[in-house]
Amino acid sequence: MSEKLTGAEMVVEALKDNGVEHIFGYPGGAVLPIYDALFQQDAVEHILVRHEQGATHMAEGYARSTGKVGVVLVTSGPGATNAVTGLTDALLDSIPLVCITGQVPTSLIGSDAFQECDTVGITRNCTKHNYLVKKIDDLARIIHEAFYIAASGRPGPVVIDIPKDVQFALGQYMKPSTQIQHNSYSPNVEGDIGDIETAVDLMLQANKPVFYTGGGIINSGPRASELLRELVELTGFPVTSTLMGLGAYPASGDKWLGMLGMHGTYEANMAMHDCDLMLNIGARFDDRITGRIDAFSPGSTKVHVDIDPSSINKIVDADLAIIGDCEHVLEEMVRLWRTKTNAPRTEAIKPWLDEVEKWRAIKSLGYENSDSIIKPQFAIERLAAAVKDRDVYITTEVGQHQMWAAQYFPFEEPNRFMTSGGLGTMGYGLPAAVGVQVAHRDALVIDIAGEASVQMTMQEFSTAVQFRLPIKVFILNNEYMGMVRQWQELLHGSRFSQSYSESLPDFVKLAEAMGGKGVRCDDPKQLDQAIAEMLDYDGPVLFDCRVEKLENCLPMIPSGKAHNEMILADTADISNIIDEKGKALV
Amino acid sequence: MNSHLRASGSAYFLTAAKNNKERHTLSVLVDNEPGILARIAGLFSARGYNIESLTVSETEHEQGLSRITVVTIASPKTLRQIKLQLERLIPVHKVHDLTAEGNPLERELALVKVAGAGEKRVETLRLAEAFRAQVVDASTTSFIFEITGKTSKIEQFISLMVPLGLVEVVRTGLSAISRGPDGM
Repeated sequence: MSEKLTGAEMVVEALKDNGVEHIFGYPGGAVLPIYDALFQQDAVEHILVRHEQGATHMAEGYARSTGKVGVVLVTSGPGATNAVTGLTDALLDSIPLVCITGQVPTSLIGSDAFQECDTVGITRNCTKHNYLVKKIDDLARIIHEAFYIAASGRPGPVVIDIPKDVQFALGQYMKPSTQIQHNSYSPNVEGDIGDIETAVDLMLQANKPVFYTGGGIINSGPRASELLRELVELTGFPVTSTLMGLGAYPASGDKWLGMLGMHGTYEANMAMHDCDLMLNIGARFDDRITGRIDAFSPGSTKVHVDIDPSSINKIVDADLAIIGDCEHVLEEMVRLWRTKTNAPRTEAIKPWLDEVEKWRAIKSLGYENSDSIIKPQFAIERLAAAVKDRDVYITTEVGQHQMWAAQYFPFEEPNRFMTSGGLGTMGYGLPAAVGVQVAHRDALVIDIAGEASVQMTMQEFSTAVQFRLPIKVFILNNEYMGMVRQWQELLHGSRFSQSYSESLPDFVKLAEAMGGKGVRCDDPKQLDQAIAEMLDYDGPVLFDCRVEKLENCLPMIPSGKAHNEMILADTADISNIIDEKGKALV
Repeated sequence: MNSHLRASGSAYFLTAAKNNKERHTLSVLVDNEPGILARIAGLFSARGYNIESLTVSETEHEQGLSRITVVTIASPKTLRQIKLQLERLIPVHKVHDLTAEGNPLERELALVKVAGAGEKRVETLRLAEAFRAQVVDASTTSFIFEITGKTSKIEQFISLMVPLGLVEVVRTGLSAISRGPDGM
């Protein structure tokens, strides 16, 4: 028998045994024993945040850029409730997190003690699973199980609530077993081989096929992206992706259609609408993608590959469902395709590819540039040009700038784009960039931000300064909550209710006050030089990029409309497009 | 291929497909752990599913398993989602749609308090006998009956008791099991 450990020591041991090198957290009364145990070791580095929401987004950025589980440590009560937004964000985007929360001692639970809240009750619906550890004997097993549940199947956040007396209690530590078996949880990773063969046969017969890929490919690991590239090459089929799947297929690839959905390209959405075979690999028919559901891709056979059975037929009925991990399914698809044919079907589907080229020729991402005002699209294009030979990771906040980043920044590799897709959490990008930089110290990490979003978690810039994390925050400052303003123009007669920021901080001074560098630019002719100044600085930078204030994010599928009813950039007046029914939608 | 299909599960156009709802009984095998009922009930409320009846009790003590019987009313598409969403919960072992799998044996128990005197009291007892409801408590002015059976039988009995002096009713909700030799 080995020496007994306290609960707090066990937490640290279990973190090490699960390969954790960094955690993001904030101390408080109910987690002091764990902080004491952390103080007495060097294996796990703790990143001290400024607000617990920041810790969760950092852990998300860390997880999404590495494929590892992101770990958060917060105290009871407000510590736990502040983490709720990030947990929900991770649930919606399937990001593996383990969040350890302190709790008041078991004897005080239910007594409205100081900093007590019902953490498992509050987080039950915003986690993949959660635990309240009542006995020291359960602690090690629960932590190991939490890592397994967070990372396996469809990944997600797991909360472990540990009362303070359990952190002090002595018990026997158990190492994680090499093969974790859970008696009621065993995700199916290997798709049914017969169904995969049927899918390949459909691919061999299709006249108008399209790959519609999503975040599931990224979550599956880098091998899945390699296999996707191989399959696209083998078949010759065009490929589009959701926001969460960008980078799985390179933007420079010749089969790339661009992102699809509400702010997707014309060619991607028209291909989705007119295809006869839709191959959904690891996407979930989110409402940002489908537009009007009863007019969604009316003539296609739909193949849906997803590791989560509940995604199948949830929104759109699939003709062929394959439950499995993208890597496994793509591997089998590649293998079966090779046994059946040697050549891509580029010739057979030439009329379809010609049609796609016609849509591409519309140049739906075209915009009118200016030589006096910085256009936001231009700013992102110049940023992309400046960093194209660098090892670069991009995060974003939520809004117009996020969509412009997705449209104009070319993603060549998976795990390089961290953004809040499902929940749409403003304030995600800056802390996410901190988390990415912790994992990739030598890489260039840029948060493409909006001036409204970035203020929600601005204080984490100070975290970046403290830990010498040279993140670059590239703020497209149009003084409006741009997407809100755009929807008010679309739906509410351009009455810009509360969407203009009357009082913005001086971002340059703000950066300096927090110990970083500030750069400002409002002249397109100076932009390249200003970007170079940002990139040359060895430390965190806030870049205040003053852009065109009233620019709309186009193209756009207005709410309640179908894929073939997009608004393009040359639409002069967008204010009368959405009907009464569409106005009620989000 | 599926252009004839009309998907209706989106957040958009929720008015579609309201008329094809069915009543189904689901049997859910779960770990008997704290909060499990809240997980199940929370899933139903969070996703807007309907609970007509819900019963839960530990059934296999050694393995720490409980069986939950849920009666819900939903469209076939939503019913499939309910089953899959339940299966996503970590402590859920199995979910069976007993109604879809055949004609399950369904029972519930009710305790029915009836107060009255004279001819009404005699009539009450006569009906109780016909329904095989047992008298489990009596006073000079009241009876409490225990009745077991299908929901329809219990509802019929209760409605007959209304004019005879029904005071109050408690019901267990439905318990259901599949017929034949096979277990869950």
